[in-house]
Amino acid sequence: MYQYDVLDKEFLADRSAEFRHQVARRLAGEITEEQFKPLRLMNGLYLQLHAYMLRIAIPYGTLNTAQLRKLAWIARTYDKGYGHFTTRTNIQFHWIKLRDMPDILDALAEVDLHAIQTSGNCIRNVTADPRAGATAEEVDDPRVWAEVIRQWSTLHPEFTYLPRKFKIAVTASAKDRTAARTHDIGLALRRERDGTLGFEVMVGGGLGRTPFIGKTVREHLPVDRLLSYLEAILRVYNRHGRRDNPAKARIKILVSQLGVEEFTRQIEAEWALIDAAKVDLPDTELARIRSFFAKTDFETPTRVSAAFDAARLTDPSLARFARNNVHAHKVPGYAIVDVSLKAIGATPGDASAEQLDALADLAERYSMGEARVTHEQNIVLPHVKLDDLPKVHAALKVAGLASPNINLISDIIACPGLDYCALANARAIPVAQDIARRFEDADRAELVGELKIKISGCINACGHHHVGHIGILGVDKKGEEFYQLTLGGSGAEDAEVGKSLGPALPANRVGQAIEDLVEVYLRERKGEERFLDTFRRTGVEPFKEAVYAEAH
Amino acid sequence: MPKLIRLTEARAELVDDRFTIVADDQDIPVGDVILSLARYEAEGEALAGSGREIGVVLGGDEAVEALVYDLPRIPVVALTFAKYRDGRHYSSARLLRERYGFKGEIRAVGDVLREQAGFMVRCGIDVFAPSDGSTPEQWAAATARYRHVYQRAADDREPIFAERAEGRPTDGL
Repeated sequence: MYQYDVLDKEFLADRSAEFRHQVARRLAGEITEEQFKPLRLMNGLYLQLHAYMLRIAIPYGTLNTAQLRKLAWIARTYDKGYGHFTTRTNIQFHWIKLRDMPDILDALAEVDLHAIQTSGNCIRNVTADPRAGATAEEVDDPRVWAEVIRQWSTLHPEFTYLPRKFKIAVTASAKDRTAARTHDIGLALRRERDGTLGFEVMVGGGLGRTPFIGKTVREHLPVDRLLSYLEAILRVYNRHGRRDNPAKARIKILVSQLGVEEFTRQIEAEWALIDAAKVDLPDTELARIRSFFAKTDFETPTRVSAAFDAARLTDPSLARFARNNVHAHKVPGYAIVDVSLKAIGATPGDASAEQLDALADLAERYSMGEARVTHEQNIVLPHVKLDDLPKVHAALKVAGLASPNINLISDIIACPGLDYCALANARAIPVAQDIARRFEDADRAELVGELKIKISGCINACGHHHVGHIGILGVDKKGEEFYQLTLGGSGAEDAEVGKSLGPALPANRVGQAIEDLVEVYLRERKGEERFLDTFRRTGVEPFKEAVYAEAH
Repeated sequence: MPKLIRLTEARAELVDDRFTIVADDQDIPVGDVILSLARYEAEGEALAGSGREIGVVLGGDEAVEALVYDLPRIPVVALTFAKYRDGRHYSSARLLRERYGFKGEIRAVGDVLREQAGFMVRCGIDVFAPSDGSTPEQWAAATARYRHVYQRAADDREPIFAERAEGRPTDGL
């Protein structure tokens, strides 16, 4: 993975020193909370219901063992012993004290981590396919380009006060694991027939109050022109995006109001005027960045592993884990292992300090020192030898991390909701826990198959409910928590915004409604159809009937 | 005479403001003035004949493109930041410097805070009317917090990738 050099390190040290100075001024009463707010937000520090929440950037979701151990240490030393991975592949600590912040930032900087641009109306942490560098599906390594964007966007002087926050994702596989079309900019690497590499550039996706699926503004942008093209998009947005109403300030609204043709015309016109040579990275720098990701130290174990095959015959839990959490690696004899942070009854995305340490140990010993965070709030060990799978599985079990439920009904995305967040209308975590318990029977969960439930505690949609196969949105009705269900959404390559099922349900009816929806699916499905496929074929009616018939 | 902070190279100094920013409903005073875009377009030509210098102040939603043909005779373009978080004029400043080659003064007025100083300087703004009472020393310190930058802008700072190419030792610590 990318290694910070002395220049990257000096940059972080300067950042840390700057914030230490600002915190000192605040603690001494030299500046008011109102004046301090934008400064702390620039460093990922939010004031929530009970305490400060610190959001730490994990660029394109990539962590090494030293970073995992440092996060565990921070959880133990400054928080209540756990952290929470987010859909932006960041990690949040929810119980931080202001006076500890400068020391925390210094500790993070020791392992090249920071909280820059994890908040505010700027370009946020760039995400990429969590299987980058490990899957045979990709046409290039998306981390190369995510790192290029990380550097370019870091304290960009022109784009730090955009109309609203700005999210970019990079994928390089036909199967999209980044939800690229729900981003302000989604970049999908494609190889042309003539072999040249380019990006499909999708702009104006986003969830929140008004969900949109991103529109393609360019089918094939030559990769080495990426930064000047991004600069053109961001400039058009910075100058013309709405600033009168935060709810209408994302780029999706600008794209929708101008229409994609006019928006594209404006980008192209701006791009034609940009002095691209000043912006686009020279080939030498691209090659330098690329060299960090070109892994060549794979061993050449045999394509099949006798040890693994024997173990899964005798251990059904390993066999189940392998079916759901283990995926093909580009190098024969290796596997990609998904580690679920969705244990039944747990808070989706939470990891304890002990679990973070366990993941660090496993990454160090069995995954070439690397782990990844997914936007679905799970962890990936990208480079595990098949021979080691039984040992990895056993260690995950000990750490409470062996839930064999990736992409299954209990692999739920949920925002922190009213349990933590000052914006929420309703709780999200208890709803997720209730659903997971109802489908605790692993055989039944596997029978149901891929079913993505996503829960948001308010319309800001941090839980991505719009793109859940089943989406659940918490609303407040006269002081009571109600939940609006949507069906048929997807954040993947077949991206679509879900459709409302009907009137919102009181909290105590949500779990049963999910069971009803699953029953309809099992009854109606044909062949290998997923829940989503069946819904797309049958439409909403049979599902609606099952949920609302009972209400009468 | 009101004071402004002017930044030259890495030095910040307090300078007199010889320009009067004239509101649209105000009579034109003697001396050098800064007018709104609308008033500049209506009266600028006539006033220029009176041997004084005339600058233009742009509101948050006014585009620099409107000034392109007049830039050679405009000594100062003032950019209004109605709120510090209204970032449109960061683009305006860069375009003035980089695209239209404007060599005159670009002045930040409005909600102009020390915390934005570094970004403003990088975008080509060189004169500041801070609203937070910053001294030139504080302003200069705020613009010098980072030894490195990651991208090119309107200033002449070389980005990290260029520093690397020049062979500064960059191995890990």
